[in-house]
Amino acid sequence: MARVLVGVKRVIDYAVKVRVKPDKTGVVTQGVKHSMNPFDEIAVEEAVKMKEKKLATEVIAVSVGPAQSAEVIRTAMAMGADRGVHVDVPQAEYELLQPIHISKILAKLALDEKADLVILGKQAIDDDANQTAQMTAAVLDWPQGTFCNKIEKTDAGLTITREIDGGLETIKTKIPAVLSADLRLNTPRYATLPNIMKAKKKPLKKVTAKDLGVDTTPRIEVISVEDPPVRQAGATVADVDALVAKLKEGGHI
Amino acid sequence: MRFQRLLQMRRLATTAPLLRPPTQTKTTVRTMAGSGAPMPELTQITDNVQRGNYAALSDKDVTHFEKLLGKNHVLTEDLEGYNICFLKRIRGNSKLVLKPGNTEEVAAILRHCNERKLAVVPQGGNTGLVGGSVPICDEIVLSLQRLNKVLSVDEVTGIAVVESGCILENFDQRARDVGLTVPLDLGAKASCHIGGNVSTNAGGVRVVRYGNLHGSVLGVEAVLANGQVLDLMSNFKKDNTGYHMKHLFIGSEGTLGVITKLSMLCPHSSKAVNVAFIGLNSFDDVLKTFVSAKRNLGEILSSCELIDERALNTALQQFKFLNAPISGFPFYMLIETSGSNGDHDEEKINQFIGDGMERGEIQDGTVTGDPGKVQEIWKIREMVPLGLIEKSFCFKYDISLPLRDFYNIVDVMRERCGSLATIVCGYGHLGDSNLHLNVSCEEFNDEIYKRVEPFVYEYTSKLKGSISAEHGIGFLKKDYLHYSKNVVAIDWMREMKKLLDPNGILNPYKVLN
Repeated sequence: MARVLVGVKRVIDYAVKVRVKPDKTGVVTQGVKHSMNPFDEIAVEEAVKMKEKKLATEVIAVSVGPAQSAEVIRTAMAMGADRGVHVDVPQAEYELLQPIHISKILAKLALDEKADLVILGKQAIDDDANQTAQMTAAVLDWPQGTFCNKIEKTDAGLTITREIDGGLETIKTKIPAVLSADLRLNTPRYATLPNIMKAKKKPLKKVTAKDLGVDTTPRIEVISVEDPPVRQAGATVADVDALVAKLKEGGHI
Repeated sequence: MRFQRLLQMRRLATTAPLLRPPTQTKTTVRTMAGSGAPMPELTQITDNVQRGNYAALSDKDVTHFEKLLGKNHVLTEDLEGYNICFLKRIRGNSKLVLKPGNTEEVAAILRHCNERKLAVVPQGGNTGLVGGSVPICDEIVLSLQRLNKVLSVDEVTGIAVVESGCILENFDQRARDVGLTVPLDLGAKASCHIGGNVSTNAGGVRVVRYGNLHGSVLGVEAVLANGQVLDLMSNFKKDNTGYHMKHLFIGSEGTLGVITKLSMLCPHSSKAVNVAFIGLNSFDDVLKTFVSAKRNLGEILSSCELIDERALNTALQQFKFLNAPISGFPFYMLIETSGSNGDHDEEKINQFIGDGMERGEIQDGTVTGDPGKVQEIWKIREMVPLGLIEKSFCFKYDISLPLRDFYNIVDVMRERCGSLATIVCGYGHLGDSNLHLNVSCEEFNDEIYKRVEPFVYEYTSKLKGSISAEHGIGFLKKDYLHYSKNVVAIDWMREMKKLLDPNGILNPYKVLN
């Protein structure tokens, strides 16, 4: 029986077109629809399933960010997490927050909450860093199982099937451990109406990074955020010979 | 955006076992089945169609068209995609596809065809469900796909001018770029053309909010059978000058003229969209919930759809990537709100659902304002019709019925068909009293056909419903037109057709028989 800590990040919804701010300091977030990072939804689903199978006693959802981050914690609780911890970081500071900061916060919370498992999405779809789980494991000095495709409980710990280039890898690990969820681990459930209502009454604790003793001073400076280059329009050529000539001309063959 | 690609990968991975080996050329009669179905026999043979008294296409005609349009836009080979309808029920035998690039070229084509008495079928995205957009015999296919430009979108007035071959989704994207939206949305949006939508007065999932196209289309430019260009374009909502002839081309399915351009009044796109997917125990509860939605969501209600258990389960079985929020209820409703204030809308829809649950009308469900989730829930609704044709033969009916009697026909039909049918189900646009009744069986057979038709039309007619609510008449339903229109009305339709197209070259074998 284990206590599971799940990280949930509030990101721009995946169906929304991301726009760069005119002053190139970042992307437009004002008035843009946000939701839970899809990989984190998978992490929550896995934790909730563990609880349903009585492999976990409690699921705690954690989000680091400004006030609105509490929304994704509510969503996680509507999906089945028991309680939430919101690590409040002001918007200005949050924009410069990196996986190194988040992993220290998560590690501290894992110890404070006496968690046996930390499950995170393999990456967030906004910065695509794919570092937080690995760094959290390092800070805690716990084993890590990344890109999980399947997680099975054994007497000794966990058997994990990982997604790797060109196939799957199976590893065994002891508990406590840090895991990161890949796309095919499960299909997250929808929060149903009765559970959305119930989630409103579940405890949500608010702390600051300072309370946890984690220094969140920015370590980077954003110089410029740019749109990816627009793909050039193609041209139609008359026949294969013309195509070959064009390719040669461009130095491609 | 990247995650969307990943999701697609997952979908592909899970649908892979559904993909079948390449299409065999073995022919079957009356197929109405999914992508893997064999190629249907020529409709002229299966349906015993007498070819009209039209001239035969000659090499001289082809040369004429090549001179007119350029060789690239005159196709004489690989015409299968233009000859077969979306449901693979109709297969024509056209030998020529023409792709004009502007109104003048459309006019020149029709002038020539009218003089030569060559029959023509105008074609858009070819997504119609009644065989209106494909040739029945050897009609020339007039494809509007090159008339694909959005000519203007006026942010202030909300009026967009668009060529008829523009794909609905592309049109909507252009409108959205300036904060507007096209007041029409349907499952085929990525393929269907706006001109085809208007020619068939397509319905879809937004009629409950924005009304039908007779209201939102402000003007059309249509080419008549004799090649005359009829300019009925208007940039105003109000224009009471003379007869409102534009309406003749909205819903006449290309039998009176070919729409080449139109202007449309586009509402502002909503900043906040919320979707609820709910489960209910009885149709009575569905009706109560509908009334409550009208009363309590009023001005923000933008869709009210019904899916019954069998329809939903079939889609879930066929498409494993679909993820239903809830299961185990006889009825499901998809309710969407669109408004300008997210918090306000959310509060309203939550209140509406909370009250419904308290009264015991709504059993369970989910509600979301996350754009990704909203799309995923809509995907369920959009895949329902495809689920039914994926692996079996399906009789599809698109009828308007009074709401009180809306669902009875499904039960009645289920009893009539008994074990002959594999699935009898209903879904559709509850908010518009429009039911899609579907009867599936393993393969077409006369026994079940006779139990279903003409019963379904007689039943609908008795309740003063419409035998074709939004799909049109096309080829497949022309024999049943009389169930919804009386003799005098049909006679005057014939007179109108004669007046505008005396040689009957435009979309023959359709609408009127």
